[in-house]
Amino acid sequence: MSDQTVLQLSGIYKSFPGVKALQNVAFRLQKGEIHALMGENGAGKSTLIKVLTGVYSKDAGTISIEGKTVQIHSPQEAQNAGISTVYQEISLCPNLSVAENIYLGRGEGKFVSWRQMNKKAGELLDSLGIHVRPTQQLASCSIAVQQMVAIARAVDMDCRVLILDEPTSSLDESEVQKLFKLMTDLKKRGVGIIFVTHFLDQVYAVCDKITVLRDGKLVGEYKIEELPRVQLVSKMLGKELNDMEDIKDEVQTFDAKKAEPVYEAFGLASSEGIEPFDFVIRRGEVNGFTGLLGSGRSESVRAIFGADKATSREIRVEGKKVSIRKPIDAMQLGIAYLPEDRKRDGIIGDLSVRENIILALQVKTGFFRPFSRAKQVKFAEEYIQKLNIKTASVNTPIKSLSGGNQQKVILGRWLLTHPKYLILDEPTRGIDVGTKVEIQKLVLQLASEGMSVTFISSETDEMLRTCSRLLVMRDRKQVGELTGDQLTQSCIMNTIAGGGAK
Amino acid sequence: MISNQKQNPIAALFRHQIVIPIAALLLLTIFNVLRDTSFFEVTLKNNSAGNPVLAGNLISVLDNGSELAILAIGMTLVTAACGGQDISVGATAVIAGSVVMRILSGGEASADVVHAPIIIAFLVCCLAAMACGAFNGMMVSVFRIQPMVATLIMFTAGRSIAGWINENKSIAITDPNFAIAGTFIPGIPVPTPVFIALICFIITWAILKFTNLGLYVQAVGINEKTSRLNGLNPTLIKFGTFVLLGLCVAVVGFIKVSRNGTINYSVVAKDIEMDAILAVALGGNALSGGKFNMPASILGAYVIQYLTTTLYAMEVQATALPAYKAVVVIALVVLSAPKVRDSVSGLFRKMSPAKQSGGAA
Repeated sequence: MSDQTVLQLSGIYKSFPGVKALQNVAFRLQKGEIHALMGENGAGKSTLIKVLTGVYSKDAGTISIEGKTVQIHSPQEAQNAGISTVYQEISLCPNLSVAENIYLGRGEGKFVSWRQMNKKAGELLDSLGIHVRPTQQLASCSIAVQQMVAIARAVDMDCRVLILDEPTSSLDESEVQKLFKLMTDLKKRGVGIIFVTHFLDQVYAVCDKITVLRDGKLVGEYKIEELPRVQLVSKMLGKELNDMEDIKDEVQTFDAKKAEPVYEAFGLASSEGIEPFDFVIRRGEVNGFTGLLGSGRSESVRAIFGADKATSREIRVEGKKVSIRKPIDAMQLGIAYLPEDRKRDGIIGDLSVRENIILALQVKTGFFRPFSRAKQVKFAEEYIQKLNIKTASVNTPIKSLSGGNQQKVILGRWLLTHPKYLILDEPTRGIDVGTKVEIQKLVLQLASEGMSVTFISSETDEMLRTCSRLLVMRDRKQVGELTGDQLTQSCIMNTIAGGGAK
Repeated sequence: MISNQKQNPIAALFRHQIVIPIAALLLLTIFNVLRDTSFFEVTLKNNSAGNPVLAGNLISVLDNGSELAILAIGMTLVTAACGGQDISVGATAVIAGSVVMRILSGGEASADVVHAPIIIAFLVCCLAAMACGAFNGMMVSVFRIQPMVATLIMFTAGRSIAGWINENKSIAITDPNFAIAGTFIPGIPVPTPVFIALICFIITWAILKFTNLGLYVQAVGINEKTSRLNGLNPTLIKFGTFVLLGLCVAVVGFIKVSRNGTINYSVVAKDIEMDAILAVALGGNALSGGKFNMPASILGAYVIQYLTTTLYAMEVQATALPAYKAVVVIALVVLSAPKVRDSVSGLFRKMSPAKQSGGAA
């Protein structure tokens, strides 16, 4: 490749109270290159992106675009400089229409021709293969579609640098392929793409180069063919990693006949439109719901927890007939639920790590029995240590933690209630390899101690590693149950697709 | 690394919410010292009943500020849980006062002796105001109407309802026992509302200390969806804050009519809702809901009253008062905005660690 540097960052420093987020970081992006930015949670990827897009102001360092040094003080300035971003968490306006979101803040004149705008948006969406009406309200679209709209918006802005911050974490396989095709198209047009993801497969599928960050420092820039996966992972973690191989050996064979059922449902359905299904989970069992995005995985577990309005013929917990109408009913029966959308359903942003950890248990204990401050701190510190949560203190607002650490806080919140049955909906979404392995190990450990766990993940290999039984969903219906020898990638794919094992 | 983690104490101080009302208090005090120190004079004189009582501007601040502080307690909770304010507290206070007058006068136009036990009148007025609060709460929590719009109904209708309760008669009750709550307890020179407010503060402190009200209200105010998934009932909690505010309003309404001995439906507690909302804002609480700081709100209420009294002392005309107040309030609210506070604390941080980082490098 000739020297066609489109973006160059050098000597970037950024610190927050208590944390040096970036120290002397350099980064170089060339025209028509897809460049992966890799690192664990808290390595500084998101901070670097935010410095680049003007969300944060840097403490020191220079940014130059096509050789010219630029000062970026706001996202608007970044946009004008030709840097477009699609963030990890969707940052569009859910109450506006798809077309409005695409053209928001970009009008040249004072007047808007709605018809023209909708028409243009429709053409753009068609060309990208996104099936959504331009006039549809964004909030009514699935997360995947919202993400695609965010990408469409970025693509439509005539950008030289496109930053994709975890764009694929909520897309299913076919949508990911669409996105990759789009990325390759853009690459041919000479756009430089910075791709932040936790999926190693995807990095090796599309990227040309990898830059690795660790603890806010630059580890190095590598050509993709010169850096095998194992080395990439060890560079990210700063140690040799064989955890990924280890974990499989720890799966204990689960004997379904010996264990008594913890939770049983007959004819369970919910207002979200899943077909009535029967479901049982036994003590110490780890099972999973799998299927394509929108197949009803999340809706199934939400029905179990009472998060959506659910109906059933009968529900039994430990053999006793019970009724679960709202989340508190499920909590009192020892069921815990870690939701899919961390930002919307999981964290209480402005409250501290301590308050976020004690919340569920506190609600369970009751209005008139608050924990003393000392006890709260003790609980919080216990789980900060147990789950290795990186936070400045127990009183830090949870919103200032990195995604993976927020997830661990929510996990800690539910573990603190000592549930009999723990439901984890995409617990590893958008978090780094190291933490993923930690969470998987934790799930297996909890199960060996007698907890029942339902584990949902978009990554099939993760589910194969942890679950001893998989329920396959298609079109909001349970279409298969896989155990033992059937637990293979191909078997799952076949069942999802509609052939093969039943 | 260490110098980075240790914050400049002054900068850290500026992040504390309660600093804003304290700073406003100091500013007003300095202003008054420069203007006229006689503002601070407190004298002991005999009131009409022949009891020695304290008088002076500061006593007036404590006296009238107490009403505002009681309202600020409820307003803070409503603001935190619902992300909006109740603008009907003045109107509801008149309803509460009117109920008291109706019961104590027994339907007569004037009464030298109360016709019913005062405590009964107080309890019924609490129920009436809590019912108004429940109505507002239902509009907001069940029907999900914006708080300001929902309470606009009661704001508009409240004073008419209050008049209707007593057939628009201006009742006078001259029983000295009734006047105690709004004026003085015989033999004690400090105004009674101060003690009533103290009792309210203690009860509030105890509720926040011995229940989870604070946690629940903040959780619901910050993220309703998450709160529900953690077993809370956001509808009930929002509703509850309005009922609690109703209780605060009842206490204020009772003090108001006790103080005056009569009731004028269109004047009593006029504009008090704005002062109560300002108290919450001046306390540094986000009017969009979420986290709150109760002591800061309470202090904010007294500062607002301090401002009003200062303006009166400057002989600002009553009709011009709101305009003067607005100017001061703009300054206070802008100063307490998180953005300004951040930059002020940033300024202090820059000023002193300049030496520290110089040494480190």
